[in-house]
Amino acid sequence: MTPIVRPHPHDIGHDPAAPLVDLPGHSSRGRLERVLRRGEFAVTAELSPPDSANAEDVRKAAQAFEGWVDGINATDGSGAHCHMSSVAVCAILTRIGYSPVLQISCRDYNRIAIQGAVLGAAALGVGNVLCLTGDGVQCGDHPEAKPVFDLDSISLLSVIRMMRDESRFLSGRKLTAPPRVFIGAAENPFAPPHDFRVLRLAKKMAAGAQFVQTQYCFDLPLFRRFMARARDMGLDRQCFILVGVGPIASARTARWMRANVAGVHIPDSVVARLEGAADPRAEGKRICVEMIQALREEPGVAGVHVMAYRQSQYVAEIVRESGVLRGRAPWRRDFVPSMQPVESLEAR
Amino acid sequence: MTTLLTPSAFEPRGKRPPPDRKPRMRLWSIRHAALIERLYGRFEASIAALGPLLARIGYARLERPVAALEAGAKGFLFDCRMCGDCVLSKTGMSCPMNCPKGMRNGPCGGVRADGACEVYPEMPCVWVKAYEGSLAMQGGRAIVEVLPPLNHARKGSSTWLRLARERTKADA
Repeated sequence: MTPIVRPHPHDIGHDPAAPLVDLPGHSSRGRLERVLRRGEFAVTAELSPPDSANAEDVRKAAQAFEGWVDGINATDGSGAHCHMSSVAVCAILTRIGYSPVLQISCRDYNRIAIQGAVLGAAALGVGNVLCLTGDGVQCGDHPEAKPVFDLDSISLLSVIRMMRDESRFLSGRKLTAPPRVFIGAAENPFAPPHDFRVLRLAKKMAAGAQFVQTQYCFDLPLFRRFMARARDMGLDRQCFILVGVGPIASARTARWMRANVAGVHIPDSVVARLEGAADPRAEGKRICVEMIQALREEPGVAGVHVMAYRQSQYVAEIVRESGVLRGRAPWRRDFVPSMQPVESLEAR
Repeated sequence: MTTLLTPSAFEPRGKRPPPDRKPRMRLWSIRHAALIERLYGRFEASIAALGPLLARIGYARLERPVAALEAGAKGFLFDCRMCGDCVLSKTGMSCPMNCPKGMRNGPCGGVRADGACEVYPEMPCVWVKAYEGSLAMQGGRAIVEVLPPLNHARKGSSTWLRLARERTKADA
């Protein structure tokens, strides 16, 4: 099934590799911010940068998401493992016309390197950044590395906001052109101290976060409690909350993730469901689709962030089966400015 | 500059907190965060009052002995790392520099289900404890303040003296 072609005129430019025209009230010239500000339910996906120096590997990986996602996150040494740099991955993606989200982890660079990377990425057309603290070096393939952690995720948010809104480096030195970026943060509603997590989200927003992508959500009741508190504080109205989801291949993978991936919480009921399934892989996808559909109905949730590690070929299928796009088609290469939108989505 | 009594917070794997430095006292201080808050409030007021006297002796001359005293006292109570920019009153009396990631604005996303640190599973998360401490404190709400990036140039210097100097300057 091909999606119904219904591109929004704001989302297409004459040159797909160039930033889009300015829109009032927007921080960036990227597509993800537009989709969210229009009130569409957004879908983003995570791309695992290759262990290679071949740009074609990045293009191939991104192509699997084309037409199904509004943003592609390029992870930055995720799990403290070494891969192609997130800035380079994003630059390859912007040349084609995708809307990448640059992940920046504080583990590997200090404030001098990070500010330089943000300027460089923005110059290469990257419109979104996600500020992370980063996993500890102990869980990666170079546990003997020196952990940097010069900034933490929250001070990093404030630094990038300062660069964008005040056109200054942290040192106070002026920038001649500020980076036009939509600033994001991560949150893990499923890790202790649970009561503090909503306050921490508020803190991130106070520091500059405009959108949030959460850790994997497998525990809906726990997430709903978090979301209810966030709504009470009005956080969902000041920030776009995208909830992390993903398929798990088997009960064994689930147990392994629980034990070895920092911050992942998988309830026993999910593991049991995978264990009892005749085809665990299909069941994992099913669980993911059901979660997306449930999150679509949750007030205050602006979208989902699909993290399908080593299963990225299923992202399109999962998004399609969930039906959350409701006929909307995210950007594809065959979208050209001359195409007339079938109907205005705002009018619906 | 003072020698640090406790190892640097930024350590590679393998250099765990030595077993003889179990965070017993640090956890006691967090449990008694309300008491420490009251005592420190009084202490801070007296340092500020001493400002003119300290200025006469000379801050430069005082830096070494006072920093050593501060490192000893706060090292005992909080496992202080002498970051030079003390924020204990905003972190529930749990010293954030004991976090292996040096998180000064809240916990990371890797905290284990039992509330233990992602990097050192045998250590309770500094921020799980910080939140507990903040709930006991009168000014505990300060935990939601966004703190700026740490000034690493201040490492090893006395926060007490800086505070006295800043207060005196503000009064003048």
